[in-house]
Amino acid sequence: MENRVVITGIGIYSCLGENLSDVKDSLYKGKSGIILDTPRKDAGFRSALTGMVKDPDLKPFLNRRQRMGMHQPAMYAYMSTREAVENAGLDIDQLSQSETGVIFGNDSTAGSISETVDKLREKNDTTLLGSGAIFQNMNCTVNMNISTIFKLKGINFTVSAACASGSHSIGLAHLLIKQGLQERVICGGAQEINGTAMGSFDGLSVFSAKEGTPTKASRPFDRDRDGLIPGGGAASLVLESYDSAVKRGAPILAEVLGYGFSSNGEHLSNPDIDGQHRSLNMALKQANVKASDIDYVSAHATSTPVGDAIEAQAIYDILGGKVGVSSTKSMTGHECWMAGASEVVYSMLMMENDFIAPNINFENPDEISAKINIIAETKEQKIDTFLSNSFGFGGTNSSLIIKKYK
Amino acid sequence: MASREEIISTVKEFLSEEFEVEKSTIEPEANLQETLDLDSLDYVDLVVVIEENFGFKVTGEDFVDIVTFNDFYGLVEKKLAEK
Repeated sequence: MENRVVITGIGIYSCLGENLSDVKDSLYKGKSGIILDTPRKDAGFRSALTGMVKDPDLKPFLNRRQRMGMHQPAMYAYMSTREAVENAGLDIDQLSQSETGVIFGNDSTAGSISETVDKLREKNDTTLLGSGAIFQNMNCTVNMNISTIFKLKGINFTVSAACASGSHSIGLAHLLIKQGLQERVICGGAQEINGTAMGSFDGLSVFSAKEGTPTKASRPFDRDRDGLIPGGGAASLVLESYDSAVKRGAPILAEVLGYGFSSNGEHLSNPDIDGQHRSLNMALKQANVKASDIDYVSAHATSTPVGDAIEAQAIYDILGGKVGVSSTKSMTGHECWMAGASEVVYSMLMMENDFIAPNINFENPDEISAKINIIAETKEQKIDTFLSNSFGFGGTNSSLIIKKYK
Repeated sequence: MASREEIISTVKEFLSEEFEVEKSTIEPEANLQETLDLDSLDYVDLVVVIEENFGFKVTGEDFVDIVTFNDFYGLVEKKLAEK
């Protein structure tokens, strides 16, 4: 027998705010978190636009040894996980005595690796790199740190799937609980904010060049979009079996109904409509819902000319032109490895507070985006079921369908 | 060449900062490993802070006979003299 899978906790640390309350306000107001990070110009960036979060001070929460192996991805993920765990009504004692695992999305540790390599070249001595470097540099840094800090005894690994990492982490956690293999899984996504991590991406000339107007530069689906803007932070969710949540009297926020996924098997960076169709259709089938049951689509749309057009067509093909669609990347920029998780958290906040956050800067549609119902201004609306898309380099696609718990 | 008092002052400063212990716990006859709560990873960081503050590198062998902070001050004096 399959378990129902519910969400009992969410947490967020992003350029829209460092907690759920602030982020909800930013989403409602359509407030952008994009800035111009001028040091990137000196470093040779074509575009210095970015979402920005500060490195949190973890000293009040964690001892020295717990902090040693953390660089930006793990630091941000600690903050969002702390909030999600508290939100779920859990503490470390309960976590350590239950079947709780962690599957987190992360796909780079460039900032810490760069610092390590600089130090090695300066010192010519590996011991002088210190004890924390290896734990900061491995791609599973979030999992290592979160599992040891929160004393988790269940599954423990990282999902590296480019810009769909966070979404796949939720999907995999969902499957493990559904199959009865885990009682509870902490999942999510983390994205380092430093320029080092984004230099090679900027090098592809896919970032927006609208540096004079940072908050207007990310404009998914708009006719005049000219590229994406990177962002970062972390988002966490506590998923558990319905029975486990009921048994401990947990606050049930929503139910994960379906997870669809696919691989394009085509180009390294170009999107593919067939892959997106298959991901969307699989999610609908797994969730056992009709296209007309979806009240809101959290689009992957990153503000690139080709990517947004393909996704708009795919949404139109599978879900039709009536459902409300927005891309929160218009405010956050592209939170990459974190995006699939943060956008579920953003959508959860909308669902909880009966509104659709605006796709800011959507001023004029193009021929394809005109076919779908893009929400450009905050809209008061009850959301019963939403779908969240994430598409990544290498042609990895993920679609999640989540329903409000009543 | 730094005096013993200068070495003690410098060591108390960086060890209390790095290992987050009260300076008052760093007493000459106190056990270094227990006072700083050092595990195998922490010894790597001890090597790092010694190098940062005194400019020489210690090895695992150097620590074989180090039990108290007094032993440690003696090691620092010896290494500084060898520089």
